[in-house]
Amino acid sequence: MAVKKFVVGLFDDEAVLFPAVKKVRTAGYKLHDVYTPFPIHGLDHAMGLRETSLHTAGFIYGITGTTTALSFMSWVFNVDWPLNIGGKPHFPLPAFIPITFELTVLFAAVGMVMTFCYLCQLMPGVKKHIFHPRQTDDKFVMVIELTEKTNAEEVKTFLAAAGAQDINEQKAEAGWWFGRYDKDDEPYLRKIQTAANA
Amino acid sequence: MKDQFVVPARLKKTSFVLMGVGLLTLLIGLIAFQGENATRFWAGLLQNSSFFLLITLASTFFIAATTLAHGGWQIAFRRVPEAISMAVPVLAAILFVVVMILVFGGKEDIYHWVNAHHVAEDKILTWKSAFLNKGFFTVATILTLGLWIFFTLKLRKMSIEEDGWDLRPETGRKLLWRNTVVCGGFLVVFTLSVGSTTPWIWLMSIDAHWFSTMYSWYTFASTWVSGLSLIALFVVYLKKHGYLTYVTEEHLHDLGKFMFAFSIFWTYLWFSQYMLIWYANMPEETEYFQPRVWGQWRPIFFLNLLINFVTPLLFLMKRDTKRNYTAIVFIAIVIIFGHWLDFWQMVYPGTVKTLVFPWYEFGLGLGFVGLIIFLVSNALTKAALVPKNHPYLKESIVHHT
Repeated sequence: MAVKKFVVGLFDDEAVLFPAVKKVRTAGYKLHDVYTPFPIHGLDHAMGLRETSLHTAGFIYGITGTTTALSFMSWVFNVDWPLNIGGKPHFPLPAFIPITFELTVLFAAVGMVMTFCYLCQLMPGVKKHIFHPRQTDDKFVMVIELTEKTNAEEVKTFLAAAGAQDINEQKAEAGWWFGRYDKDDEPYLRKIQTAANA
Repeated sequence: MKDQFVVPARLKKTSFVLMGVGLLTLLIGLIAFQGENATRFWAGLLQNSSFFLLITLASTFFIAATTLAHGGWQIAFRRVPEAISMAVPVLAAILFVVVMILVFGGKEDIYHWVNAHHVAEDKILTWKSAFLNKGFFTVATILTLGLWIFFTLKLRKMSIEEDGWDLRPETGRKLLWRNTVVCGGFLVVFTLSVGSTTPWIWLMSIDAHWFSTMYSWYTFASTWVSGLSLIALFVVYLKKHGYLTYVTEEHLHDLGKFMFAFSIFWTYLWFSQYMLIWYANMPEETEYFQPRVWGQWRPIFFLNLLINFVTPLLFLMKRDTKRNYTAIVFIAIVIIFGHWLDFWQMVYPGTVKTLVFPWYEFGLGLGFVGLIIFLVSNALTKAALVPKNHPYLKESIVHHT
């Protein structure tokens, strides 16, 4: 958790945003994040994000589900409480398969959702700074982090040249904290404020 | 951009060599399997002709399904499934000759319901004879083969004709509309044939006392996943020879996903058929699995699952393998071989009964592979490799997953 300085730029169109993201990376500025109203194909590549390892996590959860289901059912029907059900063997693999399958899917799905939330740092009661009230609404917002090597004015001129509007500098918490969007800090209130100031 | 396929001499030679192997095997089979052993001669022909006909027909199904779903990604290589489907008429003719000889030549070792005395003494067969008789068999076979050939040729003809059209929006709409209509018609026929009656009469009637409602879907899944693998093989071949400029690993990735998904679909149907029979444990149903699970065919039964489920599942799970040309070629060959094996274990336990090394069947299979290579490479030369006026072509070019 650290309070950092950012330069924020607003984009109208993904066709402008895409080349801008590429330019930021070639210019060597530190991209904090890009917020979009909808998933954009290939933006992760343009931003230079590494391939997610969510699939690997999913595979491991799935395998865990398979093992849990098979070992638990075998233990129940062979060790804990052996029953003769319709003359079937005590380890009736075909009868176990549907449950094993379901548990594999359940573990993989729930595990992946939780891992996804962890990777994106999303959770009820977890709050992050909102750089612009219309980010993920209908505007594309690019946030560049200012390090000691970058000059804020230079970044602003750069963003303006790349087609951004509403460029401003913000000092904000980079990580998450406990809080609620509806009570602690209302993005739409800030919007009213800005409108009043203007 | 190389847009016009020219058959390389090496491919032509390969196809002729393979066809030669097939013919030679057929001749050896004709001499080796006589009298009592003639069952194997016909069983091998039935297995191979039905399998290879259905996997080429899967290409027509591919075109129809993607067209109806308004898919755009496949347009860059649409001419490949089109060319593969051009093998359907020849393979249909071969299958037709084979099954007609089986039915009217009185080959009771394959279809024991063709013997009238036998049917009269057998309650179950008598009861089924309203459906399972020579007349119905013939009419249904002619009708389905005829309709398959009609729709396949129609789709191909329309596609080539559209190369002479223009790129105006109205033309594009007209193109999509008429393709949708024909593909819709084909899908109705396909569902009523491959989705239900065709596998019953050609393959399930080998075990005429037995029945399974999953059988047709199971056969469909088997041939569909092999058909997708066949498309992938030709796409990779053309790509490696500098054709299909617009096809990238993104398209291959999607084909790989299909192969992965439908391998699991096949297993799902395999299991649905097996588990219900295992659970109910009724003699008239379990008789099908008795020789397969507890008889001589036991190793093939488990090999079938290993090669058609476990291998594609683990191999195609990773993104990188689906985007790798060599990996896709490897797994496509494994899948096609695996489902050929699946057809083998569908036909043989009810006919030949004993497990034998399948040199004869495999030789015939190679012959069919050669024939398919020959027909498809010929069909590929007949038209440009990119349907340049298709409204979805751009979508296919910029496609990425």
